[in-house]
Amino acid sequence: MEIYKKYRDKKLVTQIADAIRELTPNRRVKFVHICGSHEQTITRFGIRSLLPNNLEIFSGPGCPVCCTPATEIDESIELAERGCIVTTFGDMFCVPGTKKSLSDAKTNGADVRIVYGISDAVKAARNNPKREVVHVAIGFETTAPTTAAEVLRGLPENFSLLVCHRLMPPVMQFLLASGETALDGFICPGHVSTIIGSKPYEPLSRRYKVPQVIAGFEPVDVLIAIWILLKQLREGRSEVGIEYTRSVRPEGNVQAQRMMREAFESVDKRWRGFPVIPKSALELRPEFERHDARKRFAIDFSRETSADFVKGCRCGEVLRGLVYPQECPMFDKACTPEHPLGPCAVTAEGACNAAMKPKFDPVLRFKKKGD
Amino acid sequence: MCLAIPGKVLKIEGQIATVDFGGARREVRLDLLKGVRNGAYVLVHTGYAIQVLDESRAREILSTWEEVALASG
Repeated sequence: MEIYKKYRDKKLVTQIADAIRELTPNRRVKFVHICGSHEQTITRFGIRSLLPNNLEIFSGPGCPVCCTPATEIDESIELAERGCIVTTFGDMFCVPGTKKSLSDAKTNGADVRIVYGISDAVKAARNNPKREVVHVAIGFETTAPTTAAEVLRGLPENFSLLVCHRLMPPVMQFLLASGETALDGFICPGHVSTIIGSKPYEPLSRRYKVPQVIAGFEPVDVLIAIWILLKQLREGRSEVGIEYTRSVRPEGNVQAQRMMREAFESVDKRWRGFPVIPKSALELRPEFERHDARKRFAIDFSRETSADFVKGCRCGEVLRGLVYPQECPMFDKACTPEHPLGPCAVTAEGACNAAMKPKFDPVLRFKKKGD
Repeated sequence: MCLAIPGKVLKIEGQIATVDFGGARREVRLDLLKGVRNGAYVLVHTGYAIQVLDESRAREILSTWEEVALASG
């Protein structure tokens, strides 16, 4: 698809950056995105360097593994140490629990396997009929439908799910309601919105008078989204715009939503760096509870104290869109992608990890005029 | 984590499609979509197609932008 080359076109990028400069008001403006992939686009292409100094883009709770409390990771480790095969996405493997990570558990002999998707986890269960297989089902609304699809197709008897799925609009509502993260607009996640559409964001725009734009993942996508947000600010509008039109329809993926509703119900849960957020996570419906690992193995660490951050780590504030990763005293010193101390430094989707790695692709970075 | 990659549908058998990702081929589940056709570009996340990409809308947003740039420039 030739058209997509345009989304990295240097001339177009420069044009939009100029228009953004013209439209930026004479005060501090703060936009927050809530997607690890947006942070990657922004750091990889040096988008912040193209913006006026008073226009800031902060990263919010957009990385599901970073937002998973240590106690949920402890649950997965406990199940692995009890002899289950535990399958997980690669991002989750090294994220620290209270005392250790799944990677540490594997080093100590537990059977922990990284899978590309949930179908591979189900396959592992079919291939090991005498073993219990537990899949750590993590991710936002993009991933939850894939779990739902497997649940509804029918799971093997020896297969269960440690459901850690979390939902985006409730955490955005939390950020707005707390007032702590004073923000002028949201860059909404493109692939979460591919599933849920634009409608679930509308109550937030109405109630908190905040502009929102659903953006794609190329530099031109992100810049157009920023430009639309600024335009809304100037015109005093607070609407939900869709920039990522090639994938996001206002109604979203209705079939995926239906499957999610059939497999899951929403429950109150704590997030790493956040208190309990009402209706912000998913749990299997009662008819599937024999595949719910927490019930099947009578395990529930949700009331234990969760040691989510080591002393001095500012990941909690990074996740709430309050500080840049560079403001943490341990950033790129005590805490590095190779020796991460906080969850945001572990996975490529974490804001700290992304901020420490922009060096990896300098060729792709766009230069500001006069550089 | 919410990474999704576009690929071209080459073949469909039941709920499974063979999808070409710029040369690399993989089987992709179609449970989350209705009416996917051969030749369509789908967005794939962890082995599942989550949407059919709409090229005309991709063009539309760029040309809208170009009109805006012309009008203001």
